[in-house]
Amino acid sequence: MRNKRQSAEKLMQRIFFSIAGASIAILFLIMVFLFMEGLPIFGVVSVGDFLFGHYWYPTSDPPDFGIFPLIIASVSVTALSSVFAIPLGVMTAIYLAELASKRVAEIVKPTVELLAALPSVVIGFFGMVVVAPFLQDVFDIPTGLNLFNSALMLAFMSIPTICSLSEDAIYSVSPGLKEGSLALGATRWETILRVILPASISGISTAVILGMSRAIGETMVVLMVAGGAGMIPESIFSPVRPLPASIAAEMAEAPFRGDHYYALFAIGIVLFVFTLLFNLVADFIAHKYRQVGEASL
Amino acid sequence: MSPKPKMTSSNLDFYYGDFQALQDVNLEFHERQVTALIGPSGCGKSTYIRCLNRMNDLIPISRVEGRILLDDEDIYEPSLDVVMLRRRVGMVFQKPNPFPKSIFENTAYGLRVNGVKDKGFIQNRVEESLKRAALWDEVKDRLDDTALGLSGGQQQRLCIARALAVEPEVLLMDEPASALDPIATQKIEELIHELKELYTIIIVTHSMQQAARVSDMTAFFYMGKLIEFGDTDTMFTRPKLKQTEDYITGRFG
Repeated sequence: MRNKRQSAEKLMQRIFFSIAGASIAILFLIMVFLFMEGLPIFGVVSVGDFLFGHYWYPTSDPPDFGIFPLIIASVSVTALSSVFAIPLGVMTAIYLAELASKRVAEIVKPTVELLAALPSVVIGFFGMVVVAPFLQDVFDIPTGLNLFNSALMLAFMSIPTICSLSEDAIYSVSPGLKEGSLALGATRWETILRVILPASISGISTAVILGMSRAIGETMVVLMVAGGAGMIPESIFSPVRPLPASIAAEMAEAPFRGDHYYALFAIGIVLFVFTLLFNLVADFIAHKYRQVGEASL
Repeated sequence: MSPKPKMTSSNLDFYYGDFQALQDVNLEFHERQVTALIGPSGCGKSTYIRCLNRMNDLIPISRVEGRILLDDEDIYEPSLDVVMLRRRVGMVFQKPNPFPKSIFENTAYGLRVNGVKDKGFIQNRVEESLKRAALWDEVKDRLDDTALGLSGGQQQRLCIARALAVEPEVLLMDEPASALDPIATQKIEELIHELKELYTIIIVTHSMQQAARVSDMTAFFYMGKLIEFGDTDTMFTRPKLKQTEDYITGRFG
């Protein structure tokens, strides 16, 4: 009887282990494939020229495979979107966790999270049809499909991530700390600024970085609203062509296993490295500044 | 005829929603005295102490009736500044709750949120408070270290120092030693003895021995009511009521 139970335990453990193992194996194979299809481009162009070359003309003769403008586009779109998304996301989180009444929070929180459920193509469509003409009119610029517009749309997409994860972090600050602060004659604001935010900073940073890594990898929105010009942007209203947009736009027309095809996969590698870095940093911060309980007795 | 009390509660009722947690509590606290609040869990003693600095304001469905006077001021008067009240009536909690900041910043926190900018003043006050809380010698060389590295007993004394730094008149202690080992507890009790020279102290405790050791007056709560109130020696030797005697001698509760 006892043996039977034990072997059932073992069997369960093995089943779960192989399921977990399967997803790791699949991930690994995708990586192998990505590198197999991407690395051959470096036989044609050096890593330095690829990363820092200023011209991306993959179909010219001879072709130019410099993705620097695309990298700058991705970085600037992500940076500008976080300028919108971080304050909005974190402030909403503070409001939800600390200030809103229970009833309001119960309505607002799911609504913000619903933003995450919007398909990116819908957000892109909104940017194209509503925001672009509006920007064009207001700022008197040649096109509303540009860096600013895509940053705004990406901010919409990363706010739910930032807000929801930050809210969890703020909410989990022990009520003892809050009471301790109030009992010393601190106001609600002072308590939030001086105790609650510092205590939840690791969770908030993780939230911000995950939100940003979502923005940098997002494809459909930037494909639709960034404008698609493979040039280094001159202002926040310049049209740009971020890395994922280039892959999505060009993959269909790139000859199979041609240089262009390899170059697009190499862009994929660059993107992969970016998001990997973001995640590593998030992990590092989460561990280094881990939230500490109210007392280690 | 005793001198005028520092704090008085008269006909105090307290409700969590529909549940009445305190019923008609009348108590007086005098300066330079330690008053212990005892009673079984759920008897309302913690709720009561949290009424005294309006900590219960944080609970949305709570309601207070009756009056609490600090000197001659009704602390539930709508015009009263809660922030000022909490400065005058400090609190130490059951679990040590130092902020995730340095030892120095923990102690200086109350001053900083009250707008004190003078560095020298803050420095002096931090030192003085840590000394008063009998922690100075243990931490004077590592004031910039995080407070979370201190032991439980040290953390609790830090929380006391933090409360003292804003120079309160009354000090509320909600089972300040319940999470500590006997040696740390002893230190806290010695500290209470010294602090009562300067402050009015009100302490909630689960330990009869502790109440007997540290307090001048004792109030026994049961089921939200104040059962008996009197000076500690009398309470522990010749309680007026059978109920009090049963609780103190450990026959129930």
